[in-house]
Amino acid sequence: MYKYILKRLLMMIPIIIGVTFIIFSMNYITPGDPALLALGEAAPPEAVEALREEMGLNRPFLVQYAYYMINLLQGDLGLSSVTHRSVFLEISDRFPTTLALAFYGTILSVLIGVPLGIISATKQYSIFDSAATAAGLLAVSIPNFWLGLMLIITFSLNLGWLPPSGLDHPLGWILPIITLGTGSAALVMRITRSSMLEVIRQDYIRTARAKGQKESIIIWKHAFRNALIPVVTAVGLDFGFLLGGAVLTETIYALPGLGRFMVDSIRTRDFMVVQGGVLFLAIAFSLVNLAVDILYAYIDPRIKSQYK
Amino acid sequence: MMNINTAVENRNQENTQKKRSQWFEVWRRLRKNPIGMVGLFIVLALILTAIFADIISPAHYVEYLGRVPAYEYQDLRNRNAFPSAEHPFGTDNFGRDIFDRVVHGSRISLQIGFVVVGISMIVGVIMGTVAGYYSKITDSIIMRIVDILLAIPNILLAISIAAALGAGLINVMIAVGIGYVPFFARQVRSSVLSVREQEFIEAARAIGAGDVRIMFRHILPNCMAPIIVRATMGMALAILSAAALSFIGLGIEPPIPEWGAMLSEGRRFIRDHWPSTVFPGLAIALVVFGLNMLGDGLRDALDPRLKQ
Repeated sequence: MYKYILKRLLMMIPIIIGVTFIIFSMNYITPGDPALLALGEAAPPEAVEALREEMGLNRPFLVQYAYYMINLLQGDLGLSSVTHRSVFLEISDRFPTTLALAFYGTILSVLIGVPLGIISATKQYSIFDSAATAAGLLAVSIPNFWLGLMLIITFSLNLGWLPPSGLDHPLGWILPIITLGTGSAALVMRITRSSMLEVIRQDYIRTARAKGQKESIIIWKHAFRNALIPVVTAVGLDFGFLLGGAVLTETIYALPGLGRFMVDSIRTRDFMVVQGGVLFLAIAFSLVNLAVDILYAYIDPRIKSQYK
Repeated sequence: MMNINTAVENRNQENTQKKRSQWFEVWRRLRKNPIGMVGLFIVLALILTAIFADIISPAHYVEYLGRVPAYEYQDLRNRNAFPSAEHPFGTDNFGRDIFDRVVHGSRISLQIGFVVVGISMIVGVIMGTVAGYYSKITDSIIMRIVDILLAIPNILLAISIAAALGAGLINVMIAVGIGYVPFFARQVRSSVLSVREQEFIEAARAIGAGDVRIMFRHILPNCMAPIIVRATMGMALAILSAAALSFIGLGIEPPIPEWGAMLSEGRRFIRDHWPSTVFPGLAIALVVFGLNMLGDGLRDALDPRLKQ
């Protein structure tokens, strides 16, 4: 088991290095001179040049990347050109809100997607099944930022039931979670349905039916447990997409998370924050996938036994 | 001599007949699928709207200015108007007709969909084919690049690239397109792996066909079904991502009538004027829904084995 976790951790390292390389390259080709940004447009050219030298901006690309990595390992993502605070601190202040939002979104998508997927599979080709399939396609087609705006118009502005923005009141979480979770609920439903359909056709399910087992026990105990692996994979992947989707959701509801901070930084052209945020979220996504892989071993003894 | 020629002709005729009947078979199956047909109808409607945008929403002729495209014409006495006979979707805060802008926006979305999928499909298919065909080191290198790209949630990768490149139609296409390369590469690689070992490839090699010919002439045509399905659904995702980028200010900038950018502008008036947020988003949702439904129908029609 430890061997398995270790192996997964080792496999993650080159991926993360690759991700940092992409983000660094994006930083590198971003137009605008960080030294000029730091000193302001009116600064004398000599001072800008001196700062460029000091910041290491005149060094070759790969040398700059090496320094970037050294700083990164110390938790240094550079300074925000707007707040002049460490980008790492700015991000870690706001990340918990984003994480919480993605987490609740995932829970909502599981609570809706799994039961609907199971019902669809057990009643394949019924009206319910077709309706659920069509509704699922619709749910993944609606842009979540538009869904958010429509929910605000309906539930906040017209009905006045829920706050349109902010988290000052606990009710403020409801609309963002629905906005974020709807699309992934549809994806979870789809995977659950197809995975269940595959399992239900197998011989041991027929055996269980033949011996007169109750249908509910067959579905939940025999079938669902074995259909779980693809569902867990989907939920894990979804969590990553929700971290990305949170960027838009937070913007719409003005939530104090990392995503809205990144979008605000786009407006103020504070690209160190944008790239730092993307890197932060990508690493979080990799860690979630690692956790999912480890979870497999607990769900499925067959995988566990491979790594004894 | 005569006989050989007729024999060859006969065989050619047989081949074309077979080809036609294969596509006819696909069409026959698609026609029976209501979801796929509704999708096809919506997609065709979108294409027709884009082609005939200037006829549906003709340009205005203004004194001194001459010809003003419908999506730029400002009816200044009618700002933020609600739907009426004159303006079926109302007008925005500059007095521009929202219906005209939505109609012309279809051109942008369609361009984005086709170009993004075109770029990422060509790159991804080449990467996947080469990786699957050569295996070993080539495969490892290509698939590690794919893994790294997949480690960054799609929308975040697009944000990172778009932030570096700056706004604009071409940059949006690049930013969104890079993220979809891995999906094509993975799909094609797994198809190639299964086709590669079949006997007709062995036969092609035996008669002296080169690697490139085998890859693109013999293997690839046998992997087309999943590629077509993925391209259709990829187009839906690309349109969504591009709209999201424009919405957060990294994509296509006003006054170009891009649906995401229109939503971003309309959002400022959400309290007083619902049409500016409702209609552009409805257009995105409808088009993406249509493409997803068509993709779903094509999946069932092209390859019954893929049916989940």
